[in-house]
Amino acid sequence: MTRFQRYLLNKAFWFFLAFFIALIFNFLLPRLMPGNPVDAIVGQMATGGGLSGEAQQRIYAAYIAEFGLDQPITSQFVTYVSRLAQGDLGISFARSPARVQQLIGQALPWTIALQLPAIIIGWTLGNILGALAAYKKGWLDRGLFPTSMFISSMPYYCLSIILLYVLAVFWPIFPAGGGYSYALTPALNWTFFSSVMEHYWLPFLSLVVIFVGGQAIGMRAMSIYELDADYVRFSRSLGVDDNRIIAYIFRNAMLPQVTGLALAIGSLVSGALITEIVFGYPGIGSLLFSSIRQNDYPVIQGVTLLIMIAVLTANFLVDITYGFIDPRIRARASGD
Amino acid sequence: MTAIPQEQTGGQMFMAGLKRTRNTMSLLNPRFMFGLVLLGFLLFFGIFGPFIFNKTDPMKFVGMLYDPPSATAWLGTDNFGRDVFTQLMFGIRTSLMIGIIAGTVATLIGVLIGTVAGYTGGMVEEVLMALTNIVITIPSIVILILLSIAFKTRSLLVMGIIIGVTTWPWTARAVRAQTSSLRTREHVDVARLSGTPTLGLIFWEIIPYMLSYIVMAFVLQLNSGILQEAALSMLGLGIDKGISLGIMLQWALLWESVRTGAWWAFIPPTLLLTLIAFSLLLLQSSIDEIFNPRLRRS
Repeated sequence: MTRFQRYLLNKAFWFFLAFFIALIFNFLLPRLMPGNPVDAIVGQMATGGGLSGEAQQRIYAAYIAEFGLDQPITSQFVTYVSRLAQGDLGISFARSPARVQQLIGQALPWTIALQLPAIIIGWTLGNILGALAAYKKGWLDRGLFPTSMFISSMPYYCLSIILLYVLAVFWPIFPAGGGYSYALTPALNWTFFSSVMEHYWLPFLSLVVIFVGGQAIGMRAMSIYELDADYVRFSRSLGVDDNRIIAYIFRNAMLPQVTGLALAIGSLVSGALITEIVFGYPGIGSLLFSSIRQNDYPVIQGVTLLIMIAVLTANFLVDITYGFIDPRIRARASGD
Repeated sequence: MTAIPQEQTGGQMFMAGLKRTRNTMSLLNPRFMFGLVLLGFLLFFGIFGPFIFNKTDPMKFVGMLYDPPSATAWLGTDNFGRDVFTQLMFGIRTSLMIGIIAGTVATLIGVLIGTVAGYTGGMVEEVLMALTNIVITIPSIVILILLSIAFKTRSLLVMGIIIGVTTWPWTARAVRAQTSSLRTREHVDVARLSGTPTLGLIFWEIIPYMLSYIVMAFVLQLNSGILQEAALSMLGLGIDKGISLGIMLQWALLWESVRTGAWWAFIPPTLLLTLIAFSLLLLQSSIDEIFNPRLRRS
């Protein structure tokens, strides 16, 4: 086995260990609640009214069977894992016949369509601005740095709230929330699509702005650091062309930024939960929010599992890519 | 002809040192001072505000749903007809308290694990760092959501601890790196040879040398603690009694204050959260510049 393979194996081991521990958390924590969660939920449904005694009985039986609450905790865990392996996340408490994976499957495309373009565009713009600020200094740096600092210290949901108020309520330029007009039902036609686009801009904008700020600060710091490095001074003293030096700097400064991009894509599901809530956007954030309000534990667990898988996988892929592109890591992994 | 400088007395050297320090401080002044004054002002508002303005009950009903600002309710009322201005003062209190508890818990765990791992090395280090890496890779929002659900009653203290126990690994990792390099210093060897026990050695010979670093980490943790609390509250997993800035926002969103144009219900808590975060970030980055001259630019 080569040293590089050992590095990969090592990373894979940590990936699965972290995943397993996270899975145990995900399984165990809702079960640690004082009292039987099923009692609590069915009781709550009953006080809410609208449920016949028979429906209650049926739901109760379904949940007990679902969780196997009469069995020892280890066999419950085995059941949980084997169902997961088949892609079954269980039945939603609040939207009873619907299965969790269906609900998530409906919400996830909205989240991805909102976040992925925002992350990529924000990342590109932010890096260009940050690098420019570091090289040009002067007014650009003086103006950009404090602004980015203020914007990126602003919690992302705060900016969402303010944008929603200013651009949808105070000046009604954009529609005030939702993923599409409430008068429409989702369909593959032009009216629906244009309504979706109309509702898209505001949440998109609020995510891009935050992302640009954060990336610009990071890229500026990295570029300043590289500008000061010995290899830059040495190249300058040799009279190497300025553009060439900038290319060197850019390559080195970009490495952590690329990691940042990969990790941002990994945390895409959890990255803007509250933005979705603010705009009433029909994605994972809104699903999580309503599930928390309704104590819909299977859905909450499904969402946390999804977030976990996305983040862990992105981390793992970044580690592997680093092993390929960064010779320092290969060297360290082989213990030189 | 220039005068040959006289040998300096201790006092003169001290004064010169002080002057130098003051010069450095004045270089950093604008950002550091601005952050400090801003934070001080917010703290003052949260701690003494209720007594100064004689508004000591944030849960008192003073009007109807979303009354606009008036002489009795300076910033209007919220969805239950409670005074927004009073709630803000108590909201700052809660948010800062939770932030401080979370920051303290995270810093304590992080420093303990980091120093012990970095100083002891070997198996202990391997195990502690493996633990740290696992907690880092599992996204904190997942642990936060699951832990918050597991606790039926969430007091201020519980909230702070929940946030603290999920955010310590960053501190642990950084502190371990610092400790590993400090471990080989001579004064540490001297202390070890004179028989100081390990924990005492870590406390007296290692921690003082990275105190500035620990302070910086604490400020960061405090900041993220406050924001995490707000985020959890907006997801509906905040403290179950009392008011915080995040809980104010949650109610404002649930009761459609944004779409009905009741700006007083959501703009003030939004602004305060941003200001708290901004002041802490200013402090943290200017502390960073004091100790890392490469970041300084004239």
